[in-house]
Amino acid sequence: MLYSDKVLEHFSNPRNVGEIEDADGIGEVGNAKCGDIMKMYIKVDKGILTDVKFKTYGCGAAVATSSMATELIKGKSIDDALKLTNKAVVEALDGLPAVKLHCSVLAEQAIKAALSDYYTRQGIDPLPIVGEIGECEACH
Amino acid sequence: MDKRFIYADNAATTKVSREVIDAMLPYFTVHYGNASSIYAMGRDAKKAIETARDKVAGALGCESREIYFTSCGSEADNWAIRGICETLSAKGKNHIITSVFEHHAILHTCQALEKKGFDVTYIPVDENGLIDPQDIKKAITPKTALVSIMYANNEIGTIQPISEIGSICKEAGVLFHTDAVQAVGHVHIDVKEQNIDLLSLSGHKIHAQKGIGALYIRKGINIPNLIFGGAQERNRRAGTENVPAIVGLGVAIEEAVKDIDARAEKITKLRNRLIDGILTLPRTRLNGDRDKRLPGNCNISIEGVEGESLLLMLDMAGICASSGSACTSGSLDPSHVLLAIGLRHEVAHGSLRLSIDESTTDEDVDYILEVLPPIVKRLRDMSPLWETINKQ
Repeated sequence: MLYSDKVLEHFSNPRNVGEIEDADGIGEVGNAKCGDIMKMYIKVDKGILTDVKFKTYGCGAAVATSSMATELIKGKSIDDALKLTNKAVVEALDGLPAVKLHCSVLAEQAIKAALSDYYTRQGIDPLPIVGEIGECEACH
Repeated sequence: MDKRFIYADNAATTKVSREVIDAMLPYFTVHYGNASSIYAMGRDAKKAIETARDKVAGALGCESREIYFTSCGSEADNWAIRGICETLSAKGKNHIITSVFEHHAILHTCQALEKKGFDVTYIPVDENGLIDPQDIKKAITPKTALVSIMYANNEIGTIQPISEIGSICKEAGVLFHTDAVQAVGHVHIDVKEQNIDLLSLSGHKIHAQKGIGALYIRKGINIPNLIFGGAQERNRRAGTENVPAIVGLGVAIEEAVKDIDARAEKITKLRNRLIDGILTLPRTRLNGDRDKRLPGNCNISIEGVEGESLLLMLDMAGICASSGSACTSGSLDPSHVLLAIGLRHEVAHGSLRLSIDESTTDEDVDYILEVLPPIVKRLRDMSPLWETINKQ
């Protein structure tokens, strides 16, 4: 298993680890049985993700993709965050081994789950905005 | 404590010993002849192979002519199972008995035979990773061609009741094969006394090089070739002999059995300190029976952390280890061995195997016990699973 230097760097020094106590949205995806759980916390102000934090149980790729994903959306608009694809996360990490691609899918889904929670808390139906958050294909 | 480098993955492979390398070297550049050649250089190579064969036979308590060199342990396993099944299926025997937690060299071979119409009984193991010989006795039918049970498990190190299984098979008139890749050189083996008919071993687990193994086949057992094409190994395994590797295996096995008890005692002491030290962490459990296990094996599940992350962090601290997590296996399921002893998936994902050897020191154990707890804490602090476990 060959991880890129960037993956290893994000794994050993993950950005934005932790919780946001007064988060505006929290999303959790994955499950313990598969060995990956990602929990994403967001703080939103005027449509901007002013803060993003995560907690992850999983392999090196799971931690690195969580870290990279939070970096890519922090300070950005909700629209931009919704546009973030798992492919963009993988590219930003200089690639992932094929068997680890599902970790990047989880990172994309964790962001969407947090945004979904945010809209639900606002009394807005998240489905038309965020869309369906599918189950990780690799796990099923 | 200063950063150290600790190789604690000897169940995966071992360092080639100085004695082995020194013994091998002349066979690369001085006596490099083909052992089948007629001239002196060829005869030298042939003699060296036979000396090595004597040493392997001496370590197992069999005759030299019962030892056949192979390219690895997996080849020996494949040959034993496929060969015996081919011979005995002609006599209407199409049933194999093995266990659920064998190495994949056994399991995948049995699965391939199932596709060809063989019936396979997979004997379960208990929560300590041990097989009940009575389960094997009950599973034997008039159709049973072979019983294949590993001597010691590669992941959790548990040593199976091989002598009892051997007696049961002998009494029932069924052939008994054991994959002893992890056991050779660590426990006393006597194939005659233990009624073992076939035994697989591998060089690189006992400080020889990778790419050399052997199969012991009790004399009188008819087994067809797996590899055809030459008269090597008394017509039973074709291919120009890997003379340096065979010489190395001979020296390695001789060294391994020489001071087996003293070495086992020393390693067991260190291993127990390692086990007890790690078990002081909350929500950890030892996988596999504590006493009936290989001297160097420590396999512990650490709840709330995932094995691959743990290995990466240990690597950064200079420690080489392994895990039964799905992520390290390249599949989505954790180790079949850990699931077989009843671990939940999430507990299996958090397993850590440290396999030490005679070169491991007290200071190495101190270092592991100092470095591991903060790594576990760090991973647990960022683990939503640990959060959930703590709330329970």
